[in-house]
Amino acid sequence: MPKVKVKRKNPSLDMTPMVDLFFLLVTFFMLTATARPDEAVIVDTPSSASEIKIPDTNVITITIDNDSRVFFGVDGQQTKEALLDKMAGKYGVGFTEEERKTFSLLSNFGVPMSQLKSLLAMESSARKEVNQPGIPIDSARNELGDWILQTRLTNPKVVIAIKGDQDADYPTVKRVIDILQDRKVNRFNLITDMEAKPTNL
Amino acid sequence: MAEIQEKADSGKGGKKRAKRSSTKIDMTPLVDLAALLITFFMLTTTFNKPQTMEINMPVKPDNEEEQIALKASNAMTIILGADDKIYYYFGLAEDNPEVIESSYAAGGIRKVLTSPQVKSNDKMTVMVKPMEGSRYKNMVDILDELKITDTKKFAMVEIADSDKKLVQEQIGN
Repeated sequence: MPKVKVKRKNPSLDMTPMVDLFFLLVTFFMLTATARPDEAVIVDTPSSASEIKIPDTNVITITIDNDSRVFFGVDGQQTKEALLDKMAGKYGVGFTEEERKTFSLLSNFGVPMSQLKSLLAMESSARKEVNQPGIPIDSARNELGDWILQTRLTNPKVVIAIKGDQDADYPTVKRVIDILQDRKVNRFNLITDMEAKPTNL
Repeated sequence: MAEIQEKADSGKGGKKRAKRSSTKIDMTPLVDLAALLITFFMLTTTFNKPQTMEINMPVKPDNEEEQIALKASNAMTIILGADDKIYYYFGLAEDNPEVIESSYAAGGIRKVLTSPQVKSNDKMTVMVKPMEGSRYKNMVDILDELKITDTKKFAMVEIADSDKKLVQEQIGN
């Protein structure tokens, strides 16, 4: 009886194409990635069929969460540092070099000017935990208006975007829009999620 | 030629072969690392940028009296109520028009906005009046509907007491 020879196959396979593909993907993601910034609050934006994209730079983001708290954020480290200096001068609060640095790395915040110093003094992990009360928007202490005005003076190219939670109540949104209009901002963006445009009209 | 001879010579006396190490290297750790990096970048990337909806608010008039009053036949009012309710009426609040309840669904307010009464009238102005109880989502939804239906003339207007009264009387809450 002839011996049945089991053909031994080499179990190691050639991984070169796989490695090629993987590194191609790594390169792609590295080049397209913009790290997700740490938001002070997470909001669930409503969806719309609009297809306009928000610009990458020079954007003021006014976030309104479902507790009617208002958060302010602007991009650009230089803009933020210059902005903080102006606001510090206006409100008579002094900031150290370290606090300015921290502020320039903050993506958004929601505290009154009087509490900003203590917020900046916190560790970044503690800052995530703390419950920020929101920026005052009432007419007696309209800090949001000052932030917007000073940002527009610092960087005249900024576009204003409102990022509201689905459940944010209308009076707060109305108040924010009124503040913008008081500062002669009549054109702004509402950040929304994507939604398929209906075809049958 | 000389090479061949040399080879023949060395062939006779004792095999002197250079040890051939395999050209294949184990790529598994490399693949592991690449996969790890892919996972990391995929999770940290904000892939799609958020959409935005551009709105232009009317410039606040310096002089209220210089404004021209809207004709009743060219006016439509949409009232956004609490609990995702939506009402609309044609004409002016003073004439006590019929307030109709509608919905945000495709067959609701969109049908009204695409109806001949609105579409065939170039001067038709839609006024959106959100009540205090309405949500931000309602506002975005109605702006979206206006955009989808390609309604050119619309404005966000503050709700008046007469509108509230109309809704209260005819809808009952």
